[in-house]
Amino acid sequence: MVMDPKKVIICRCEDVTLEEVREAIKNGYTSWDEIKRLLRVGMGPCGGKTCKMLVLRELAAFHKKPIEKLPIRPTAVRPPLRSTPFRAFLKEEEL
Amino acid sequence: MSYDIIIVGGGIQGVATAYELAKRKAGKILLLEKTFLSAGSTGSCAAGIRAQFGSEFNVSLMARSLQIFEHLAEELDVTNDFLELWQGGYLVLAYSQAEFDGLKERVKVQHRFGIATEVLSPEEVAYRFPRVNIEGIYGATYHKRDGHADPLHTTFAYGEAARRLGVEIRQWSPVTRILVEDDAIQGVELADGTKEYAPTVLLSAGAWSTALARTAGVDLPIWGEKHEILITEPWERVLDPMVISFSRGFYIQQRPHGSFIMGLPPVNPVKWYDPEEFDFGPNSDFLSRMSNEATHVLPFLAQVNVVRQWAGLYEMTPDHHHIIGPVDEVRGLWVAAGGSGHGFMFGPVMAEQLSKWMIGEPMDIDLTPLAFRRFKEGKLVVEPAVVG
Repeated sequence: MVMDPKKVIICRCEDVTLEEVREAIKNGYTSWDEIKRLLRVGMGPCGGKTCKMLVLRELAAFHKKPIEKLPIRPTAVRPPLRSTPFRAFLKEEEL
Repeated sequence: MSYDIIIVGGGIQGVATAYELAKRKAGKILLLEKTFLSAGSTGSCAAGIRAQFGSEFNVSLMARSLQIFEHLAEELDVTNDFLELWQGGYLVLAYSQAEFDGLKERVKVQHRFGIATEVLSPEEVAYRFPRVNIEGIYGATYHKRDGHADPLHTTFAYGEAARRLGVEIRQWSPVTRILVEDDAIQGVELADGTKEYAPTVLLSAGAWSTALARTAGVDLPIWGEKHEILITEPWERVLDPMVISFSRGFYIQQRPHGSFIMGLPPVNPVKWYDPEEFDFGPNSDFLSRMSNEATHVLPFLAQVNVVRQWAGLYEMTPDHHHIIGPVDEVRGLWVAAGGSGHGFMFGPVMAEQLSKWMIGEPMDIDLTPLAFRRFKEGKLVVEPAVVG
């Protein structure tokens, strides 16, 4: 069964579809780092845990290269790993 | 391959200048970026744009930059939604009488350049911005055309427009050396050993410029200073202005996307000149200091979720102003870097004026006081309104 790329959600945090990802690649945004910054995939609360692999797979198909050979900047750790309210980070004297 | 101009660095400065040069038919242009467009200081910045500066020089530049931002969508054939242009103003809070008096002096300068900044009492702040906690505030200034633009999308939009005008943009292409012979620019060498030639090279690589300039025998006083910042989950619009304090250092704004973006300066800033030293690692002390400041001035934030923190580099200079213009020691070498925390907001106007300078057209705002030679001549440029 072929699914409509307009209806396939690649990034559930930011509601980005497969069609938008393919359009971006077609327009010359040919790395994960650029697509993230163009479409916000991976910028939501999950930090790319689901969408990143899906986007990399699209890029691998486009470049006809294995995922390990795609241009990418090493991932930086960007806490908190789960969304956490400000009140949880207040210094003790303020609590 | 040879070009008329090679630009090193794909942040706002390099990409916008490439566009402005191409628009003025400056010839064949190659832009080289180490990773991807907006990857450095541009892409990690807080996205603020403001004309509330203190020196005539900066106010006149930012008055023009705001004008450019206001018409940028049309200029680059995108939409304001894409640029995430939001003019909800900057609300600058004063936490002492002396600070309030200083802000009021700056407002006089701003008015001379058509920047209609208002002076507000604490009661007026409470009435107009009911989310803001006025405890400890002596007054504030507010300019409604200040605000926000997305640095990533803005850079991408300049990049696409530059490409349409024939600029060649090569990403994932780190420059390792500037080639000089008989005190004149020859071109650049890339990490893979290839060489590209041009009689003019513009170095716009932010804090990375210093190490590159050294390969041409030029010692730029630009260093990287680590600044941390965070972003929250998106909310419906509840806060219009960027809320900032020069004395406490915080800046907090709700983006058009709905998330709140905010930062605070480092407690013990360290000067990094060598990219080997650059460290973008997260710091939990920032998270707790930021939470205390943010929930104090905007108490509703206590229940908002933080999604992510990151670090970027202010590209600092001794007088907190860009180094922009030709380098006298090497014929054909130009620099545009050192925005000292303001590189994104100044990007469009610096690119516009610099492109005129590079092709020998008269500038509308004279940038020559910002040339590298000011350090030799001891003519530093002073700006009182800096945050962080």
